[in-house]
Amino acid sequence: MKFGKVFKRVVVFIAIFTLLVGSCLLSYSKSSSTIKLGVNLELSGAVAQYGQRALEGIKMATDEINKKGGILGKKIELVIFDNKSDKTEALNIATRLATKENVLAILGCTTSGATKSAAVAAMKYKIPIISPTATDDKLTLDERTGKTKAYVFRVCFNDSFQGDVMAKFALKTLKVKSVAIIYDASSDYSKGLEKNFKVAFTKGGGKIVAEEAFAKSEQEFSGILTKIKAKNPEAIFAPVYYDEAGLIIKQARELGIKVPIMGGDGFDDPKVAEKAGSKYANNVYFSTHYSGQDPDKKVQDFIKKYKQLYKNEPNAFVATSYDLVYLVADAIKRANSTTDREKLRKALEDTKNFAGVTGVITINKYHNAQKAAVIIELKNGVQVFKQKINP
Amino acid sequence: MSTFVQQLINGITLGSVYALIALGYTMVYGILKFINFAHGDVFMLGAYIGFLAAVYLKLNLVGCLIAAMVFCALCGIIVEKIAYKPLRNSPKISILITAIGVSLFLENFMQLIMGADSRVFPRLIEEKNYHFLHGNIVVNNKQVYLLIITIILMIVLNYIVKNTKIGKAMRAVSQDMDAAKLMGIDIDKTISYTFAIGSSLAGAAGVLVGLYYNTINPLMGVLPGIKAFIAAVFGGIGVIPGALLGGFSLGIIETFVSGYGSSMYKDAVAFAILVLILLFKPAGLLGKSLKEKV
Repeated sequence: MKFGKVFKRVVVFIAIFTLLVGSCLLSYSKSSSTIKLGVNLELSGAVAQYGQRALEGIKMATDEINKKGGILGKKIELVIFDNKSDKTEALNIATRLATKENVLAILGCTTSGATKSAAVAAMKYKIPIISPTATDDKLTLDERTGKTKAYVFRVCFNDSFQGDVMAKFALKTLKVKSVAIIYDASSDYSKGLEKNFKVAFTKGGGKIVAEEAFAKSEQEFSGILTKIKAKNPEAIFAPVYYDEAGLIIKQARELGIKVPIMGGDGFDDPKVAEKAGSKYANNVYFSTHYSGQDPDKKVQDFIKKYKQLYKNEPNAFVATSYDLVYLVADAIKRANSTTDREKLRKALEDTKNFAGVTGVITINKYHNAQKAAVIIELKNGVQVFKQKINP
Repeated sequence: MSTFVQQLINGITLGSVYALIALGYTMVYGILKFINFAHGDVFMLGAYIGFLAAVYLKLNLVGCLIAAMVFCALCGIIVEKIAYKPLRNSPKISILITAIGVSLFLENFMQLIMGADSRVFPRLIEEKNYHFLHGNIVVNNKQVYLLIITIILMIVLNYIVKNTKIGKAMRAVSQDMDAAKLMGIDIDKTISYTFAIGSSLAGAAGVLVGLYYNTINPLMGVLPGIKAFIAAVFGGIGVIPGALLGGFSLGIIETFVSGYGSSMYKDAVAFAILVLILLFKPAGLLGKSLKEKV
């Protein structure tokens, strides 16, 4: 009896031990034959659309690279985590990816707030983090010293460029002199864009007649819109995410506000037109990273491939994330190492004239991508390419 | 002047939503003397049922409203039977904590099955805008629907409580549960009815809000739930016309704060009102202060 018990325990112990060692060996052998890239995205929560579309772009590019034989003879393996559109969660995931998962670099997040938070871990553990779409100016800069953060990159333009572009567009193309602003005071993205637009627009001779702030997840805008209507602005600038964008457009039009409504790349989602209703989604303009109506062959090929895979139109989030993977792959190739984070960082810094779907990208000394912005107009809910503005 | 009137209309619309949800809080409180914190999430369930009924069963507005009200009524009864009934003789704090648990369960369960992303609510009615004073004042038909349905439901509710047998039973249970039992009233049945009616009102509110903002998400019940609770306390918790008065007052106050002050302060003002009411008139505007029975 007693011997049987001891025997059983020994057997169980050996079984567990073999499993543990076996799985360690397995994962070890697996990790040494692939290049592990961490993915830290908003797959659920308030801006889930951004993360989900970005993941489509990342997966699509990864599959293409792997099918062609990978980079330096190794395939890319994605380690994907959902940060639930939450800043704290983004930081936790970045820490886990840098330490436990031991990835070469982190791809993501899509929003400025989450990326800023994840960047803290990236700086601490010296691992490159590259965002496809976070546009806040301060993202790549140290708040105190103003110096570039060594490990933080993005493959998109920043808000001061986007703010400038929209201010120029308002003054020159729309020819408006007075603008009312509605922004989300709980979002780094919204606040940054609001500030940069204001500076550029007033410098160009325009006047800001009203500045209205709201807090996260607001649904009822008719109070502030009624107030704005009484001030008769010639246009409204609302640098917000898609959920609020749709509601603001709808409620403004219902109140009889007919002036143009402008925004940033946060407007680049079909949900804006769905929420506003195609009847109301008119006279809306926003800046973004790419347009599907660009006749460039590279762009059209990308759209064709995406449509085959997902039966849908790709938006800027898909396109920048697709470029992100190719840009990182290119840097790994130049760094000539699949494990050295420091060499990869250096190679990312040296990226010049990388031809992507969203344009020709050069990483400048602030780790921002220098490339053109595109202005899109909504006509009955349909995105129409308006113009391209170079830096 | 026209801006003022327009803000008043905006406020009344928001107020109707708060009032509808507050009615459910007030009913349950009036009878069981506890705050059902899961009520805001039943409101969210109603919005999702309306959404599913419209998308998959292709029902019209009235059909969606009925589907949501029936489903939420059932939900209310089930929640009461599973979560609150076993604790009926426990301290009030246990039920309160359970209610918070139910609330978190509903929020996360819906995120699990429906996804955390917000959805676009289908357009159930043709949108129309009515213009007054050379287009300076705009009222749309959804606002009219919201207000009219709120008032109709409130009248029906008042009739049920005042003139029907079940209403009489509710009032008896609210006065003294044990004495009511001795007089032959089925307590369990009465409480089930209370939850059913309160939850069905929240369900109706969910559909109407989905229709008005045409966007729904699994966490949409959190803030309106708290606001409706404030509205119920403001008007006098346990008093049916009080919930209506509280709801409309809070909606109008919030809109005026964001219209003439800043949108950033409106939640702060709502909570400040709650604190002030609790300090100076704990029974609410229409509530009578009762002495604690010894």
